[in-house]
Amino acid sequence: MNYVSKKQKAFLSGNEAVAWGALASGVCFASAYPGTPSTEILETLGNFSELEAQWAVNEKVAYEAAYGASLAGRRALTACKHVGLNVAMDPLMTTAYSGVNAGFVVVVADDPGMYSSQNEQDTRRIAPYAKIPLIEPSSPSEAYYFIQEAFKISEQYDTPVLFRLTTRVSHTKESFSACFGRNVLPDRELEKNPLKYVMIPGHARLRHLDLEKRILMLKDFSEKTELNRIELKDRKVGFLVSGVSALYAKEAYPEASFLTLGMSFPFPVKKVKNFAAKIKKLYVIEELEPFLEEKLKQEGIRAVGKKPSWACGELSPQAVKDIMAQKERRLRQQKARRPLLCPGCPHRPAFYVLKKSGVFVAGDIGCYTLGALEPLAALHTQTCMGSSIPFFEGISKMQKKYKAVAVIGDSTFIHTGISGLISAVYNGTKGVILIMDNSITAMTGGQQNPATGLTLQGKITKKLSLEKICLAAGADNVDVVNPFDIEGMRKILELRLGEDALSVIIARFPCRMIDCRRAPAMRIDQGKCVKCRQCLLLDCPAITEKEGRIVINEVLCAGCGLCRKVCKSGAIAPGKGR
Amino acid sequence: MERPFRTINILFYGVGGQGVLTAAEICSLAAMHGGYHVKKSEIKGMSQRGGSVESYVRFGSRIYSPLPPEEEADIIVCFNAEEYPRLKQELRPGGKDLFCYLEKANLAVGNKKIFLNSYLLGVLSSFLPVKEQDWLDALNEKLKKDKPENKFFFLTGRKEGKRNDL
Repeated sequence: MNYVSKKQKAFLSGNEAVAWGALASGVCFASAYPGTPSTEILETLGNFSELEAQWAVNEKVAYEAAYGASLAGRRALTACKHVGLNVAMDPLMTTAYSGVNAGFVVVVADDPGMYSSQNEQDTRRIAPYAKIPLIEPSSPSEAYYFIQEAFKISEQYDTPVLFRLTTRVSHTKESFSACFGRNVLPDRELEKNPLKYVMIPGHARLRHLDLEKRILMLKDFSEKTELNRIELKDRKVGFLVSGVSALYAKEAYPEASFLTLGMSFPFPVKKVKNFAAKIKKLYVIEELEPFLEEKLKQEGIRAVGKKPSWACGELSPQAVKDIMAQKERRLRQQKARRPLLCPGCPHRPAFYVLKKSGVFVAGDIGCYTLGALEPLAALHTQTCMGSSIPFFEGISKMQKKYKAVAVIGDSTFIHTGISGLISAVYNGTKGVILIMDNSITAMTGGQQNPATGLTLQGKITKKLSLEKICLAAGADNVDVVNPFDIEGMRKILELRLGEDALSVIIARFPCRMIDCRRAPAMRIDQGKCVKCRQCLLLDCPAITEKEGRIVINEVLCAGCGLCRKVCKSGAIAPGKGR
Repeated sequence: MERPFRTINILFYGVGGQGVLTAAEICSLAAMHGGYHVKKSEIKGMSQRGGSVESYVRFGSRIYSPLPPEEEADIIVCFNAEEYPRLKQELRPGGKDLFCYLEKANLAVGNKKIFLNSYLLGVLSSFLPVKEQDWLDALNEKLKKDKPENKFFFLTGRKEGKRNDL
């Protein structure tokens, strides 16, 4: 990795800036589970040989490993998306009591507008709940500097620090100049200190008192820090803002006065009161929850907030104007194409078989969630990582209308599916669990996981055998099938559904994004085509209907031949080679 | 030193795999080399092969919001005719629509569709206050393969854009 310590210009995303800022902070250890929009933080850190960066199996494990590194005396970071932090809440709440040794920062990326998430929870609420400080950059350049502050705050106040990004901070790229480099810090030693690190009730009661004292000190810090800055211009209109909302408000009203909170918890009450006193009319602009607005109300500071409908979706410069005019949110219709499984995706034949079988499918989080959409429409629940197998257990035990199948991807199975399988076996559940193994963490852009046998850096490591772990958990049968063999897959599914057993079927075929080899594109013989539309029901982006003819786009077609298998009139065959 | 220059908003859009995001990145780097403050915004995730892709590039003396105000794009660069209607209303009245160059671009690159973005960037470059050398440096940094061809199609597009810039 070559980088210099003299000032130079860069064009970085918010996620890349966090990684470069962490490098500059002397971070020695980073761990995460991929999750849009946070994934590139670890991908960037993985390029730096000066530190150890890794994919963990889930966010709780990532958090705990990074926290362990902090106890060992090395600065450490964990990163996740908002719903990922839910998985790590257990260690978060109690490490807030214990505090840290070397600096420890928890980076979390929220997704207002739900571009790639199942909800739009506002992570800012976690900070007062856990009583840890909250840092919110509004841009990549701020992310670069603020993350370095976050490590200092963590060490100075002996606390994990929550560092909150949103999609528009994480995935915006900005040009800025900085001294990119690395600070090497003196070692801190690992100490045996049970009063601090063994949270049995007697110790935790004392630590809780410390936590309350610490939050008072952080309140003082929040009043003084330059992370919270006042820009006085036109005093008729003032804004209280944080995160990317600050930039939307500045875009809309560049001449107004601003108090921008880079550290929004603990809330700097005196600073805000001071600012409010100088301003004729104070507006509070924030995405998602009325987090700052509630605080203003609690402190009796008069300000104009937003209608509850603005808790939904992301803001924009126009939204700022609408909020100030006390309008309701008008939802802009989604103008993008509907997301589809890629041409040649191995999930498609598996869903084809599931749909024909008429089972109820408890689904999970991954590309395969797209199997829920018409016309495949072969997946019937999706809530959170690992929920498919426990949902399947409850559903199959408590009703007789449908046979149920759990569908889960390889990476999601490792994330939190294994515990569901063990519990299902332990409690005598019968039925079929289908692991859609495309041998990569695909939805977030193709990351390695234990079953691929490669690390974040692409180095060979021990490879987890899904077959062996399912057998060890007590599954009665483990079958491995190629999902493109739809007849074979149908037979094995039918057989296992008819047995009084708990069976795992692994449908294994690599994601097209990692295995780019392509067979010759398929072609439809228009003379033979009887318009039965079976191929269109596969919902393949390469197959479309144009002017009454069904045609295959040669450029998009991966040549998987699934359409050929379902065609009733034998009209589809491979064309010439590429 | 701050340059007194109004912010320019450019919207790139098309279908995944056409080089839309790479084009936006090259445009951003060229503007950065030209001394401007640049922000580029795009949405990742849930975008599979053949799905919709879009990216905004904003540059000027000081950029706040990563997103421009609605329907305020100064220039739109669409890479795909089917996608064109989806976001064409984002162009401000009096803005520059490069859609009229798409057919020419497709003809110029023939079956070498990977050079479509270089051609369109060439056209775009002819309308922006960024020096040719800054563009060529950005192309060179970002594109690892087929550098001479990319440069050729960029310059062809640039010539075409200049010809029609009356």
